[in-house]
Amino acid sequence: MNSGVPGAALLEVRDLCVSLGGAALIRGVSFAVNAGEVLGLVGASGSGKSLTALSLLRLLPAGASATGQILLRGEDLAAQSPARLRAVRGREIGMVFQEPMSALNPLMTIGEQVAETVQVHRAAAPAEARRLARAALDRVWLRGDAGDPDRYPHELSGGQRQRVAIAIAVVLSPALLIADEPTTALDAHTREQVLAVLFDLVRSAGMGLLLITHDMSLIARTDRVAVLHRGRIVEQAATAQLPDALRQPQARALIQAAQLEPRRTAGAAAGMGAAAAAPAAPDRAAAPVLELRDIVLDYPRRRRSLLQAPPALRAVDGVSLTVRAGETVGLVGESGAGKSSLLRVVLALARPQAGEVRLLGEPFAAHAGNSRRLRRAIQIVFQDPYGSFDPLWSVERLVAEPFALLAAPPEAAERRRRVAAMLELVGLRAADMRRRAREFSGGQRQRIAIARALIIEPRLIVFDEAVSALDVLLRAQILALLAELSARLDLAYLFVSHDPAVVRAIADRVYVMQAGRIVEERLQRA
Amino acid sequence: MSLPTRNLSFAIGVVITAVFIGAAALSLVWTPYDPAGIDILSKLRPPSAQHWFGTDQLGRDVLSMIMAGGRNSVGVALLSVVIGLGAGVPLGLAAAARGGGVDEFLMRGNDVLFAFPALLLAILITAVFGPGAINAIIAIGIFNIPVFARVTRGSARVLWTRDYCLAAQVAGKGRLRISAEHILPNLAALLAVQGTIQFSLGIIAEAGLSYVGLGAQPPTPSWGRMLNEAQTLTASAPSLAWFPGLAIVLFVLGVNLLGDAAHGAVHEP
Repeated sequence: MNSGVPGAALLEVRDLCVSLGGAALIRGVSFAVNAGEVLGLVGASGSGKSLTALSLLRLLPAGASATGQILLRGEDLAAQSPARLRAVRGREIGMVFQEPMSALNPLMTIGEQVAETVQVHRAAAPAEARRLARAALDRVWLRGDAGDPDRYPHELSGGQRQRVAIAIAVVLSPALLIADEPTTALDAHTREQVLAVLFDLVRSAGMGLLLITHDMSLIARTDRVAVLHRGRIVEQAATAQLPDALRQPQARALIQAAQLEPRRTAGAAAGMGAAAAAPAAPDRAAAPVLELRDIVLDYPRRRRSLLQAPPALRAVDGVSLTVRAGETVGLVGESGAGKSSLLRVVLALARPQAGEVRLLGEPFAAHAGNSRRLRRAIQIVFQDPYGSFDPLWSVERLVAEPFALLAAPPEAAERRRRVAAMLELVGLRAADMRRRAREFSGGQRQRIAIARALIIEPRLIVFDEAVSALDVLLRAQILALLAELSARLDLAYLFVSHDPAVVRAIADRVYVMQAGRIVEERLQRA
Repeated sequence: MSLPTRNLSFAIGVVITAVFIGAAALSLVWTPYDPAGIDILSKLRPPSAQHWFGTDQLGRDVLSMIMAGGRNSVGVALLSVVIGLGAGVPLGLAAAARGGGVDEFLMRGNDVLFAFPALLLAILITAVFGPGAINAIIAIGIFNIPVFARVTRGSARVLWTRDYCLAAQVAGKGRLRISAEHILPNLAALLAVQGTIQFSLGIIAEAGLSYVGLGAQPPTPSWGRMLNEAQTLTASAPSLAWFPGLAIVLFVLGVNLLGDAAHGAVHEP
């Protein structure tokens, strides 16, 4: 069903097929986006959402080939010259990618990067380009210190970087914006601001928005939804009629999984079974695995004068927290609250100015004599499933890396056997160990990361935004898996996230962090 | 650079580089004539069927000298790249891994080295230690060190911020081991590209040094000295200057085309 009026559509995709190395990944996708409309493109991990978005701008990975028509105001982009496509990209179609870490050039200031887009497309004077860049940064609510155009991407938090990426995409007020999970990395507050910006552009400027997402709170705000399953659009429906309008079982399952916020109270919720049903009453008497006492961490700022000591930035200011054996603890805070800095201390990658980290009751610090032995007790799963694997390494080598902590790492055959067992435990195949991480989808990579964290049987696993980036079906599966492992191996988890909904759904206790301090500790179940 | 253009320049670069390196390698076992063999009776012959590139003022066969001179150029440039890689890459890795004071110290030391004009530095070294191919290698090699150190440090610092390096730290690996297992392999392509650039600069530097008499000493043939010797005869026998000059230009062009194509392949895969 296609509710777009033919001929009037801003963007019309007809029978798009993409294949890579002989495998058909997108198989006959057709949809339309009208001016002033938000079309949600939803689908499970690996269903071809991102690939569809990339093929609209002919930004396909090397070796991929596409057929079909991509009509932008009636002009077939698939038939245009590379020069014409370059003119279209950025000016008529803006794009916001999923990864706020890699979308920006680390060597250019954010102001330069926004201004660059202006100068590529218009013969604008540098001053004019800077003015437009400033205005675009204002539009995405990057103001004051954070929006200083002279800052570099590494000086911004993940959420702020994502807003810079959005500023680049909207600086020339494109007719169509393609946003691939644009708010996954943002905290709730910033997400609302960014969405307000995006929807304002849609409503007031008549921009078309193609929103690729698995976040139900976003899906609910689209006008129409197209559900992608294994490279095909299995169903399209007006959002207002969801989920009843969907007849396709896969489409229904996906939308329903997205709607169910995985809360512990929703014990009977389908797909959440194990996580929700786990008898998770935290045992307050259990021995603490991790204890933080009054941690203070300062970062030196840029030196203002050669003669003065550089001013310090207090990232973590007197934080104390405890994680007990078998317990699932959440740490919530908006971007820039100091969560990542605190994590570096927890992992003994940064030395705090004051305070103490105790792991299994012993002091844990980077170069202490016991650090190797203690490190075995703590592992981490990172936020970015793309940057957390060495691109040259095989999965086997990646998963086996923590064996370096053992005094006698297992030999080749034994190592392979244990990696295979671990891959199967997280729902991958043993044969996957010979492949490289880039051959897997985001959700599969997250499983590889979990396998890597589990392989030396730690007592505590830290998840740095690791589940918020997963699509809902996978999230439910992985949370169920984690709950099962926790019960079986007496594992404790520390979930660090900007998204209170996710953390509240899975944690026994939640700490709320703000401006470097813990402002609240909450027991999930009284 | 689009893919077809890149492939074409890569192909041309490969052919030119292969011809020169092949000729230089061949000269180890065979040249048409002895490159040092003086035959006054047949001096200053124009190019002919017997002597394709003609003969010089001492009757030596120019083609044989170009071939043997190429051996000298390749050897000096290659070994100086090896020196630059061998010293510069560990320095850059250490600076990136340690950061802070170590980084400052190593990189400011590099800046000092970098501040000397390369050829001037080479002249200084050969002036102190005497002219010769070995000293030319050392002189050019020292100039290569800061180049490789900087390239390595800059890219390694970016790689250190990747999560997989954090993951390796969490897996208990030290900075040295992470540098060797994660950083260096991911820099290999980049260093290969920089290596070709420094190689072609090395050819020019070697030619420059031997032109002013500070490179390989007679009777070892070298392109720079051939140019120098041809200088007084440009009016009567211009081909004597043409052939070594063309050899330098063509070889450098070939290596640069190769490097450009490789650079493109690394940076826009």
